[in-house]
Amino acid sequence: MTEHLLELENLRVSFPTRDGPAEVVSGVSLTLGRERLGIVGESGSGKSLTGRAILRLVRPPGKMSVERLVFAGQDLMALGERGMRAIRGARISMVMQDPKFSLNPVMTVGEQIAEALRVHGARLSRQAMRRRVVSMLEQVRINDPERVAGFYPHEVSGGMGQRIMIAMMLIPEPDLLIADEPTSALDVSVQAQVLDLIDDLIARNGMGLILISHDLELVARYCDRIIVMNAGRIVEECPADRLGEATHPYTRGLIDAVPRMNETREELPVLDRSAWSGT
Amino acid sequence: MTAIGLRDLTIGYGGDPVVHGVTLDIAEGESFALVGESGSGKSTVLKAIAGLAPDWSGAITVLGQARGHRPDRNFARVCQMVFQDPYGSLHPRKTVDDTLAEPLAIHGIGEHADRVVDMLAAVGLDRRFRFRFPHQLSGGQRQRVAIARALMLEPKVLLLDEPTSALDVSVQAEILNLLKRLRRERNLTYLMVTHNLHVVAFMCERLAVMRHGRIVETADVDRLRQGTFDNAYSRELYAASGGAGAPIAAAG
Repeated sequence: MTEHLLELENLRVSFPTRDGPAEVVSGVSLTLGRERLGIVGESGSGKSLTGRAILRLVRPPGKMSVERLVFAGQDLMALGERGMRAIRGARISMVMQDPKFSLNPVMTVGEQIAEALRVHGARLSRQAMRRRVVSMLEQVRINDPERVAGFYPHEVSGGMGQRIMIAMMLIPEPDLLIADEPTSALDVSVQAQVLDLIDDLIARNGMGLILISHDLELVARYCDRIIVMNAGRIVEECPADRLGEATHPYTRGLIDAVPRMNETREELPVLDRSAWSGT
Repeated sequence: MTAIGLRDLTIGYGGDPVVHGVTLDIAEGESFALVGESGSGKSTVLKAIAGLAPDWSGAITVLGQARGHRPDRNFARVCQMVFQDPYGSLHPRKTVDDTLAEPLAIHGIGEHADRVVDMLAAVGLDRRFRFRFPHQLSGGQRQRVAIARALMLEPKVLLLDEPTSALDVSVQAEILNLLKRLRRERNLTYLMVTHNLHVVAFMCERLAVMRHGRIVETADVDRLRQGTFDNAYSRELYAASGGAGAPIAAAG
């Protein structure tokens, strides 16, 4: 494939402080095809801001600058707010961490999913809309979708809430899904289900995925390629199945700091933070 | 001697019970884990022991002392709790010094300054942090303060509720090492609640798997390391946690 779905060159995000602007993302460049890319890093590494910057959703007073931000051949930096709104949700979707704070508490699940479709210009009859919503809920493997469509968010569990979020994000059939810690609020058994589901839908619809997480093992399991970020920079990039051979000391440090299931070490190695973060 | 004894413990929050007939014996100096998914009742067991869920029946003893249903000053001196969220568990308007000195004041113990300084050193915090507010600390530093606070009265038993799940992996490693060292140095008994089986493999000697408010299996940590649980649900949990396959670590 020759054409990239997304090209990002020299992204910088900074926030003003008393001592002048502090750069939180310092020159991140990446390209993405219709593949699954993982971005790993710890809090403050700039991974989430990178995800938001792709949608130009860095909140003021944060400032972003980028040399090139091209999505499916279209220069996103040249678009106005209105143009961006046509991209967000419709062509690039984002799944956030916690369904509890991302769903509207006073709207039923079905109405919210239908709204996601309607704001992106779908003109369907009431019945056709209802059928789309129910079939989408079925796709995210919700039992008894007719009934669940009538539920309010507080009536569903965390795992179900996250599946509803995914249904909302996927119903406009976007080309790229950005998932920012989509499962960290969920139990391990539900985590696997939700990720398998995302994986399945990505494969079926031929979409691109950016999975942002602090969990190396999880990212290695669900992505083709991995980028490791630290202090606003990409420190390592490798195919997911080669992560074990990672060479950068920060990546190695992250891998070694995780306790293993057959753990026998008396003490866990600790990162020497001063070496990379410069703080 | 038994550090924590639970006999047929049934706990509710006013309505139907959420924990049913839990019986456990944890030896002095042992590190024991309660694992399970959200809603399995594992945190509720900790809360009942700490006195935060007073609606229970059965018996709770800690180091031979029976726990009553009311707040108990003496109990606080033998058993303390560390909470999951270091952002929520420290008073935002109190300095580290205030937070650490408060248990001493309540229990009429003197030499505040010396004890606070000693404890900061014990949990690996520089003394310059003593007069800072929580918002001036990182998550890992806050959790160190929360652990220091729990240790101020020199308790023998610590209840740990997901002590590292809100932290980055590298910070988690630091806090787990700290907890392990403190247990060794002070001969503490830990009862830890977590959903992370990897952490159990590193920290604990035994574990109990909970589901729907009941213990389904109690096992030595060797069973966890080898993945040889008896119970079907325990095995399911083990598999969902990635099983023995730590592909990254193994390859490196």
